[in-house]
Amino acid sequence: MTEGGRWIGAPVPRKEDEALLTGRARFIDDMEPVPGIRHAALLRSPHAHAEILSIDVSKAASHLGVYGVLTGADIAAATRPIPSAVRVPIDYYPMAVGKVRYAGEPVALVAAGDRYVAEDALDLIEVEYRPLPPVIDVKAATRDDSPLLHEAVGSNVVHHRTFRYGDPDKAFEEADRVVRLDWTFPRYSSTPMETYGAVAQFEPAPDRYTIWSNFQGPFILHALMCGALEVPGNRLRLITAPQSGGSFGIKQGIFPYLVLLATASRLLGMPLKWIEDRLEHLVASSSASNREDAVEAAFKDDGTLIGLRFFNTVDVGAYIRAPEPASVYRMHSASNGAYGVGNISVDNRLVTTNRLPIGLNRGYGGPQFFFALERAMEAGARALGLDVAEIRRHNFIPKDAFPYRAPAGSLYDAGDYEAGLDKALDLADYAALCAGRDRARKEGRLFGIGMATAVEPSGSNMAYVTLAQTPEERARAGGRSGGLATCTISIDPSGAVTVKTVSTPAGQGHATVAAQIVADALGLTPDDIDVMTEVDTLTSAWSLASGNYANRFSSVVIGAIGEAARRVADKVRAVAAEDLEVAVQDIELADGTARIVGVPERSLPFRRVAARTHWHPAGLPDGMAPGVFETAIVSPPELGPPDDRDRVASAVTFGFICDLAAVEIDPGTGKVEVRKYVSVHDVGNVLNPLIVEGQIVGGFAHGVGGALLEEMVYDADGNPISGTLTDYLCVTASEMPRLTIGHVDTPSPHTALGSKGMGDGCSMLAPVAIANAVADALGREDIDPPFTLNRVWDLAAEGGGAG
Amino acid sequence: MLRIEPGARHRVTVTVNGRLYSGFAEARTLLSDFLRHELKLFGTHVGCEHGVCGACTVNIDGRAVRSCLLFAVQADGAEIGTVEGLATDGVLSPLQEAFRRRHALQCGFCTPGILISATQFLETNPDPTEDEVREMLSGHICRCTGYEGIVRAILDVAGDAS
Amino acid sequence: MKPAPFEYCRADTLDEALDLVAEFGSDAAVLAGGMSLGPMLNMRLARPAAIVDVNSVADLSGIRLVGDAVETGALCRQADALDSALVGDDVPLLARALPFVGHFQTRNRGTLGGSVCHADPSAEIPLALATLGGDVVLRRKGGMRAVAAHDFFKGIFTSVREPDEIVTALRWPRSEPKTGHAFDEIAQRHGDFAIGAAAAVATVAPDGSLAAVSLGLGGIEDRPVLADLSGFVGAPATARTASEAAALAAGRVDPMVDPRASAAYRRQLVRVLGARVLERAFERAGARQC
Ligand code: FES
Ligand code: FES
Repeated sequence: MTEGGRWIGAPVPRKEDEALLTGRARFIDDMEPVPGIRHAALLRSPHAHAEILSIDVSKAASHLGVYGVLTGADIAAATRPIPSAVRVPIDYYPMAVGKVRYAGEPVALVAAGDRYVAEDALDLIEVEYRPLPPVIDVKAATRDDSPLLHEAVGSNVVHHRTFRYGDPDKAFEEADRVVRLDWTFPRYSSTPMETYGAVAQFEPAPDRYTIWSNFQGPFILHALMCGALEVPGNRLRLITAPQSGGSFGIKQGIFPYLVLLATASRLLGMPLKWIEDRLEHLVASSSASNREDAVEAAFKDDGTLIGLRFFNTVDVGAYIRAPEPASVYRMHSASNGAYGVGNISVDNRLVTTNRLPIGLNRGYGGPQFFFALERAMEAGARALGLDVAEIRRHNFIPKDAFPYRAPAGSLYDAGDYEAGLDKALDLADYAALCAGRDRARKEGRLFGIGMATAVEPSGSNMAYVTLAQTPEERARAGGRSGGLATCTISIDPSGAVTVKTVSTPAGQGHATVAAQIVADALGLTPDDIDVMTEVDTLTSAWSLASGNYANRFSSVVIGAIGEAARRVADKVRAVAAEDLEVAVQDIELADGTARIVGVPERSLPFRRVAARTHWHPAGLPDGMAPGVFETAIVSPPELGPPDDRDRVASAVTFGFICDLAAVEIDPGTGKVEVRKYVSVHDVGNVLNPLIVEGQIVGGFAHGVGGALLEEMVYDADGNPISGTLTDYLCVTASEMPRLTIGHVDTPSPHTALGSKGMGDGCSMLAPVAIANAVADALGREDIDPPFTLNRVWDLAAEGGGAG
Repeated sequence: MLRIEPGARHRVTVTVNGRLYSGFAEARTLLSDFLRHELKLFGTHVGCEHGVCGACTVNIDGRAVRSCLLFAVQADGAEIGTVEGLATDGVLSPLQEAFRRRHALQCGFCTPGILISATQFLETNPDPTEDEVREMLSGHICRCTGYEGIVRAILDVAGDAS
Repeated sequence: MKPAPFEYCRADTLDEALDLVAEFGSDAAVLAGGMSLGPMLNMRLARPAAIVDVNSVADLSGIRLVGDAVETGALCRQADALDSALVGDDVPLLARALPFVGHFQTRNRGTLGGSVCHADPSAEIPLALATLGGDVVLRRKGGMRAVAAHDFFKGIFTSVREPDEIVTALRWPRSEPKTGHAFDEIAQRHGDFAIGAAAAVATVAPDGSLAAVSLGLGGIEDRPVLADLSGFVGAPATARTASEAAALAAGRVDPMVDPRASAAYRRQLVRVLGARVLERAFERAGARQC
């Protein structure tokens, strides 16, 4: 046990590991939850944009081993379209209806005895397409003469809103120096090692659906799925597999397939299993958005940032798919980042193109947002002749300003940004690093240093996505707020403790941390406590926000765990107090016992006391309910609705990150070598340092990938050309730069244990920190990631550019 | 000479982790599918089915190889080692222990393949440098860990052994 | 992603294998390590009627000395070649190229012959063979021929191998005294197929001049190509000569263009990698003198 008897904060090895290390852990493709499962395969569009003239499934349907074939028309006839927060006339179905809008869009489904035969039958389906002009260039897509994806909308710009906080125009008039940057942010994806997978079963009388999958909801998407399937919530039972092979957000994007499989199971009268293959995943699952963005930053000569203007043009892909446009609004109410700037305008345009629809991916909107803000800070520093670290220090929200209300409504809980910066400079040995850069430059080498800072919003307000609607539209739709989390703790008649977190982790160690929290509350050890993290919407306590996204575990879910554990502890203490004939406040739970404070020999075994609530209800204190079964449902009070000036507290906690990168570029080959990378984090109180470090390094790998390697590339015709793992380049062990991690942790007053959410981490900052270093090395500001060999060589060969 | 017609089912008998298994496979059945769905040994995972991610790595006749790039019928008679066979009598191998200690896994989906590779790698190269470990690991993709814990875990075991 | 149906034929002897390829002709695919064929089958990019599995043909394995050449059986696994002392001593260029081939796990299964048959323009083993002036040995029912590597490769994924032929062995000329070898490549990630690769062999005369020099380039054109550096024989084996030779080679190549790299970038890689490998080969040739 740890010092002071507390498990929280200790590097407890994970409960999850033994099953995973021995091959006993069960993932969705390992499950055969019902008998008689048939296997589905999907025919996908080879065209980016085409009209479907006809589909002939007759040969496929009569192929030996095939049990049924369905097309988009069949699905559309049996379901309702899936809506999003953007109210435009787009009928989004999980299968193409009449027209295909991205290469890889599902066109037909085959059910067969096994996947091999199902794929054989796909070859036999004959589809006649009439190709339409592809819409791939995002800027061209916004023009009036562009071909349209959705004719009923009348434009490819499906959403346009502008926001003003403070007085940005005045700030820009008063500025001594304005910098403007324009760039293209690439499209990339988190590509977890396990792809989507589901088993769907329909049962009639009354109609109900059961779906086992590696979804990470239910989230608000359960309600949308019920709407599409036209059933009340209790007739759509979602069950998640015990383990999920990584997600980083993207497994939210399975939900249209769940609607599709559920419907197919009903229409064909058999349970259906579908495991997405890697090719399907890379062209048709989901990805983060590519963007054509610009930023303007207004500075005073002393480096004070007085105004910001963001111009965001976001490629949402072929459909606007819920929970989009959340990626554009997640960072919105923290548009000042870590700085005290009060005058901000934001112009958001969402554009449909013939690319895969976007969705949750690690950092969710963060990499794109911080690319704007932190490139602007750095370009501002260079334009003003200031040090890139000092310009940030000068603009930070001071540590005595917390809790701090940001101009667009976020309530930052706690922080000491300057201490974080100092720590990063210290770990990087900044003065020596700068001297090294100067020496390298004298030798003619291309060496650069870049920085970036971020606030990391965690524990989302379900209402932030309604910023996509005007205040009037929101008022009409009725109020929205909050971010509920639930936890149930039960003790069975043997006195054993089970915790249900309904948090659907995909590797983040929720079971371990939950056990640490409950062990501390009940005076037990984590080994004494069993934790179930999966969801079963029929049997678990859950709500609209349940699921795993936006770093909500250590910001919100722990509150529910702590509250349920407190209630259980109170009950066990009350029973023990009666037995030991003392007041309840004299009882403590420790070392597996309930005992009298200060008289440890007067103790009862925890298990026995707890079991008594089942075995001897009549012997319980007056008025006490038998058994132990406590469900806590919490919603952080900070998460109110958006106000009529579009301000909203979008998240519960705001961590802080300060990254520093040093790169050297080989002018001969364009290779970017990350020579040093330091990342300092404020995650509040650390719940488990092993897991925190694992999340930081993992997020860094995603950020490095985004900066240097990863891109979902489409050619001018809309063909995806990074459709295999030989073309879509994930970082491997040989490409990982060394990472130095530091902490300056300020406890959050908004959470039960003082922890903050974390997990996006460096995935949000590595792209911009490395970009800043590349810009510094090359002496030019007009650079677009990813910094691949040929691209960087071109930039270096052209020499200093616009700036 | 052996000829198996398309669609015909062929008996395949293999030794997995020291135990004899037998099942049926078509000519085209991937070894990864045969292990998982015919023999019900679900510990071996499939991440790409085109030989890049390494999740499906198993040991065949002493060597770590991609089971998605082999047909089950090719493995008839082979000695196969999978993740299920690494622990002995419920005791984790030193490498598995090191993985746990070093937090070398998060979702654990990539882990079985990496354990199989690293186990054979350490047999042939008991005292590798960090660069050699990373080179070996570059045949696997892990999206969760950033590889740091994995590298440390393997080096821990290498250090202990030498 | 599952292969289309095929007939599986396992040959136990070379004759059986030759009978099978004669029977199926271009409808058959020969399966060795499967590191290239496997993905193509799984993605249904290749749909042969029959797979001829030659992994059980004992005659196709092994590494042996045959006259002035080291002969590697087509089935020789890349990992075995990397471990082979004979390869290390007598075919150092191959030994230097092999660590760039795929990964530990794919070298365990992948074969030398399979890589050559696949004829990927950026593959390392074909480049090493072409640079050394080695031969590809092919057999068909009742016949055999040896084709110079230089003539074997015909373009992206194409070679002169006829459908009824099987590559049985590769012949690697043994290294000469006072000769240095070097191999290097640029890829976006370790173990990926190269955007550009270069292999150099140089023999240095006692006076420090070049007695012979070859520079092979991979990933630049649609097949491995040799730069004509005959004009540099007799030139001093110096860094300057290396970069002049590489610059000349860069001027003469006709580079491919693909999403990863422009022609200009590939030309640049010829300059950079060419100079690098030539210089290293010179040093290594010189080192042998002492
Ligand atoms: S599944 Fe075999 S290498 Fe990815
Ligand atoms: S631990 Fe999740 S992919 Fe490696």
